[in-house]
Amino acid sequence: MIHQDSKVLLEVSGLCANVNGTEILKGLNLTVRSGEIHAIMGPNGSGKSTFSKILAGHSAYEVTGGTVMFEGQDLLELAPEERARAGVFLAFQYPIEIPGVGNSQFLRLTYNTVQTHRGKEELDPLEFDDFVREKMKLLEMSPDFLERSVNEGFSGGEKKRNEILQMAMLDPRLAILDETDSGLDIDALRVVAGGVNQLANKDNAIVLVTHYQRLLNYIVPDYVHVMEAGRIIKTGGKELALELESRGYDWVGVEHKAAMGAQA
Amino acid sequence: MSATLQTLVNQPYKHGFVTSIESDVAPKGLNTDTIRMISTKKNEPEWLLEFRLKSYEAWLKMEVPAWSNVHYPEIDFQAISYYAAPKQKPKLKSMDEVDPELLRTFEKLGVPLHERMALAGVAVDVIFDSVSVATTYKDKLAEVGIIFCSMSEAVLEHPELVKQYLGTVVSTSDNFYAALNSAVFTDGSFCYIPKGVKCPMDLSTYFRINTEESGQFERTLIIAEEGASVSYLEGCTAPAFSSNQLHAAVVELVALDNADIKYSTVQNWYSGDENGIGGIYNFVTKRGLAKGVNSRISWTQVETGSAVTWKYPSCVLLGDNSVGEFYSVAVTNHYQQADTGTKMIHIGKNTRSTIVSKGISAGHSNNSYRGLVKVAPSAAGARNYSQCDSMLVGHQSGAHTFPYIQVANNSSQVEHEASTSKIGEDQLFYFAQRGIDAEAAVSMIINGFCKDVFQQLPMEFAVEATALLSFKLEGSVG
Repeated sequence: MIHQDSKVLLEVSGLCANVNGTEILKGLNLTVRSGEIHAIMGPNGSGKSTFSKILAGHSAYEVTGGTVMFEGQDLLELAPEERARAGVFLAFQYPIEIPGVGNSQFLRLTYNTVQTHRGKEELDPLEFDDFVREKMKLLEMSPDFLERSVNEGFSGGEKKRNEILQMAMLDPRLAILDETDSGLDIDALRVVAGGVNQLANKDNAIVLVTHYQRLLNYIVPDYVHVMEAGRIIKTGGKELALELESRGYDWVGVEHKAAMGAQA
Repeated sequence: MSATLQTLVNQPYKHGFVTSIESDVAPKGLNTDTIRMISTKKNEPEWLLEFRLKSYEAWLKMEVPAWSNVHYPEIDFQAISYYAAPKQKPKLKSMDEVDPELLRTFEKLGVPLHERMALAGVAVDVIFDSVSVATTYKDKLAEVGIIFCSMSEAVLEHPELVKQYLGTVVSTSDNFYAALNSAVFTDGSFCYIPKGVKCPMDLSTYFRINTEESGQFERTLIIAEEGASVSYLEGCTAPAFSSNQLHAAVVELVALDNADIKYSTVQNWYSGDENGIGGIYNFVTKRGLAKGVNSRISWTQVETGSAVTWKYPSCVLLGDNSVGEFYSVAVTNHYQQADTGTKMIHIGKNTRSTIVSKGISAGHSNNSYRGLVKVAPSAAGARNYSQCDSMLVGHQSGAHTFPYIQVANNSSQVEHEASTSKIGEDQLFYFAQRGIDAEAAVSMIINGFCKDVFQQLPMEFAVEATALLSFKLEGSVG
């Protein structure tokens, strides 16, 4: 929901970044206010996933220019775990498997770590069990998820549900969903999207990184951004996604180049 | 503590010290005179001196084992002092004199303060407190007929038991280091559980910390009579100050009919610095004889220390239906090397063994599992299950598995499973993205990896082992 006077959560200006010496982001600008849902779309290799990992603080990427402010804090100064505790959540495109570590144990540690940071009470194992089971209902997850090792042997859909479960638990201010729709069948997509919609409120914001329009049938964005070659080259409303679906990405680039040419 | 008292404390073996040697540190080198001197100093009976001399003769004919996957400079056995060196651990007056690094370790491990003092060698009242603690336990144990004392004491007070069992599980000529130990061992633990007695508490060397200054060559013997059971804890959680010291211990366990011995170790000897300088050479022979029917011997070890570890706690399953177990976690970091595992020798009918080995290698270290499962022709219906998992931390460490399986009875069943995994940057990033820092993440991953072994440990030991592992691997990732 757009309210022009609502608080700016995330302000990205002129962000440039390298991976292994190759420039991936080349001056990215983005403003996200609380209550908003943004979709970042674009062809493969445009830098969408890189952008989401940089926001989360992945060490493989080197920020070479620009600034990222999160609720008035310099996000780039914070270690990845500090960003998470401050309320930045990344739902992974490929959630990592952690053999031997029980899901319930992991979920409780992450929940209590973040709660402690917010000055709130930790939950003991019994209280946490009640709490997490309630959240799992939202995503129609079976309780045996808790007994399994973190993401180990999970199907693609189960992994994505586990990500959204963590989002539901941690109640982040800014949630970045990196290709959350990939690998989901239509039923799973509906459940996951339903979960995300229930979590969206006026105080948080959601950034959906996606290749396809499909997800946006279920989670309706306020803004759609098109990324190409490390920049956002076009921003529109939800109808832009539909246009991209029917026309592809090429025309946006052509239009952008023409506009750049006219400026010069 | 007063100076006089300190002198007293530092004066070992006052009694029966009648040799021409002034100092209580034997001259370097090993020959029959050294052995006679040790035996004389300890007031030993003639048969034990013969045992030592026989071992020495055997040792002279043996070669340093070269088959293990560890590399270290040749040890000059004539450059070692075989007596009293371990007695010379300096007694410090207060905690202020203790190496701050050592204190940090204890703090990390959550070792209680009085225990820290004892481990660090601070000669304060607590040492005397623990005398009374030891005495209390000793009396309580004596009520049910359990003998628990130092090996030296056992030799003098229970010579018939020691003579009957010493060297029956690990013979004097078993291997190079066992032979050396048999020739020169200075002390160790002795434990005897009489028929039908279930030991009412876990026995731990810690309770005897004042009376036993076990040194380079410990000798431990545990006997469980028919229907007896005991859980023994061996904690070497104190980082030693010494560098490149040879530690060659022998542990023998004997379980008679329906007896049960559980032996747990947490080993954290000094492992050398981050460049691989210094550290203990830990060459240990541990073996249990499940002699009686339905007897059980269970080894649980958490090996985190030492520069080089060469250790294979084994079970000889002689009695029908006897059970052998080996649960191991071995962690190496920096330039540590570990070649460890077990031998399960099935001789009796329907004998069963379980091996669960977890190796974790970080830094430039090298970690090998080496295990033998041998089923003799007589072992009809024998079964073994082995599981060997390795975990690599970082890019420069090595993990190896050397399973040997020899089966001579076709009614037996042997299973072996192995896996290798790695703590990756991606896993740590995933934890970080959920607010969990690298240290807590590594601890959780390692605990998950080791849980099958940790759950075999007594509670306090499991807690300590968990803390120790996290500490050991601190900073090795990322």
